[in-house]
Amino acid sequence: MNVEIAAMQVFSGISLFTILVLMALGLSIVFGLMGVINMAHGEVMALGAYVTYYTARFFGAYLPSLMGAYVFFGIALAFLVTFAFGYLLERSFIRFLYARPLDTLLATWGLSLVLQQAYRSGFGAQEVSVPMTSWLTGAWEPIAGIQLPLNRLFIIWLTLLVSGGVYLILYRTRWGLRIRAVTQNRAMSGAVGIDTGRVDAMSFALGCGLAGIAGSAFTMIGSTNPLTGQLYIVDAFIVVVFGGVQSLLGTFASGFVIASSQSFLEFLLSGSMAKVSILLAVITVLYFRPTGLFTSKVRQ
Amino acid sequence: MPRLLARNAEAVGYVVLAVILLVAFPLGLDPFRLNLVSKYLAFAFVAVGVVLSWGYGGILSLGQGIFFGLGGYFMAMFLKLEASAPELPDFMVWSSTEVLPWWWEPYHHLWFTLLSVVLVPCAVAFPLAYAPFKKRLGGVYFAIVTLALALTAMVMLVGQQGYTGGANGITDFRSLLGWDITTDRAKLFLYLGEVVLLFAVMGAATFVLRSRLGKILVAIRDSEDRVRFSGYDTALFKAFAFTTGAVFASLGGALYSVQVGLITPTLVGVVASVEMVIYAAVGGRTSVVGAVYGALLVGFARSVISENLATLWLFFVGGLFMFVVLVMPNGLAGLPAQLASRRRRAEAPTRLPVDA
Repeated sequence: MNVEIAAMQVFSGISLFTILVLMALGLSIVFGLMGVINMAHGEVMALGAYVTYYTARFFGAYLPSLMGAYVFFGIALAFLVTFAFGYLLERSFIRFLYARPLDTLLATWGLSLVLQQAYRSGFGAQEVSVPMTSWLTGAWEPIAGIQLPLNRLFIIWLTLLVSGGVYLILYRTRWGLRIRAVTQNRAMSGAVGIDTGRVDAMSFALGCGLAGIAGSAFTMIGSTNPLTGQLYIVDAFIVVVFGGVQSLLGTFASGFVIASSQSFLEFLLSGSMAKVSILLAVITVLYFRPTGLFTSKVRQ
Repeated sequence: MPRLLARNAEAVGYVVLAVILLVAFPLGLDPFRLNLVSKYLAFAFVAVGVVLSWGYGGILSLGQGIFFGLGGYFMAMFLKLEASAPELPDFMVWSSTEVLPWWWEPYHHLWFTLLSVVLVPCAVAFPLAYAPFKKRLGGVYFAIVTLALALTAMVMLVGQQGYTGGANGITDFRSLLGWDITTDRAKLFLYLGEVVLLFAVMGAATFVLRSRLGKILVAIRDSEDRVRFSGYDTALFKAFAFTTGAVFASLGGALYSVQVGLITPTLVGVVASVEMVIYAAVGGRTSVVGAVYGALLVGFARSVISENLATLWLFFVGGLFMFVVLVMPNGLAGLPAQLASRRRRAEAPTRLPVDA
């Protein structure tokens, strides 16, 4: 195999990585903070993708001159809609399930089925895709022979930006300080005056908003259908668990390792065997390092 | 007094179930419906296993489809070989597999097939559970790992078309040891056999749960550390519960293949695997007989809904997951106790068996 193909293969793995990381960041915050396994996270991502799709349709129909900028509106709207959705969901449903992680898993799985059917009834069962914006078509050719598609570069940039933003929120703001405090010791945080219920709701909403951005990014590399979310949910969980819950760096690193080795193996083996080997490898590693690659010290 | 009532309720549950399954259904349902019931009952085996491992062992496995699939595929391999003998199974010919793979060879024999239906799930489930439990991997990790394994198993089955029939699975069975299994009469016999086996499995589960072993399982579920400090190897007990559940699921899968005449990777995958948990959740995760009722009820609901308003099925099953977990965590079997405790308005809330 020549170097160019290998490099491009790894690069296309990186764009899978961006989706996985955006999904996994949200899952990881929610799981680490509240012990909630949100199986409906994939459907929240699909919601973000649908919002982006309808934004694109709106711009195409009413503001064709601004079509080039719809991407940014799509991302912002997807974030806002899924953020609001997450907030309502936490207040009306999830908060009754704290301290019962396995039950939450089943309940949110039920929610994911309901949402899938709602998308099918509301948005149709067929795949939808957004028109590619002119400035995102084409490729960047840093070295002759290596072509990096611009849309993929864009979502990598987006992922880095969002991850940086999450880092700043968690480690440089009062709100992040509260989230980290509640994660470490819920009872004591409550005792010193942190409104833990509000922290839960806002963080769950933030997690969902990140999934919405993931959905928005997803529309740039694939087409959306009601089952899109389900395709990614297991992978996203694997990324979270492999990286170590509540470790941003871990999530980042494990997303990178899993995505790039998957796309690399897909080149060598058949697609299904590549996926099988990755999953088995991750499970084996988890046996030896049950808390993941990077563990942050969280009081259990 | 309430305890006495509860115990009687369980006995009543068994008797009513026996009457329904052995008398009412065979006499009252046409062959097509009865065959549907055999299909639901195949899932009831899984549900009884889930009661054992989840309700009592506190281990939520989202990969029961793997074991259902093991039993189902082994049985299907045997039936397929008999149906296509002396030639190769048709899907192998289509995928230009020219020689029967060596690991298909022993499935010419029924004894080997039955033995592998029971033993292979043990060999898979025990290390799968013991290793992480020994490492004190939490319940959540185990749920996600089993979920990932169910996905892996499905991807593998679909990918290896030449050996497993790919996405279409294995189908077109005709006979079992020369006995035509496609007639209505044969299906009735198979149904009755399945019911008897189901009661045997329920009996075995109840026996385990009533023994000291069952008590230790409950103790582990409610406070694993204390049991460990008392000198028990808790991982061993949990692995036992999980393995037993896996064998039950495999039996259900084998019966499914015979009764429905088909096994597909979909039954192994993530969606089917998670759905297998809902049967036990609806019936009551701590009630062996409740789980069977749960499997029957959800099965019937699925048939009724998908015949009339197919689009509503996902709303229904999804809503059921949410409702059961939120409102009645002990399922139908736990409903009387739940209502009674609400009426009494005891200041201490009922302690529900939940995983910490």
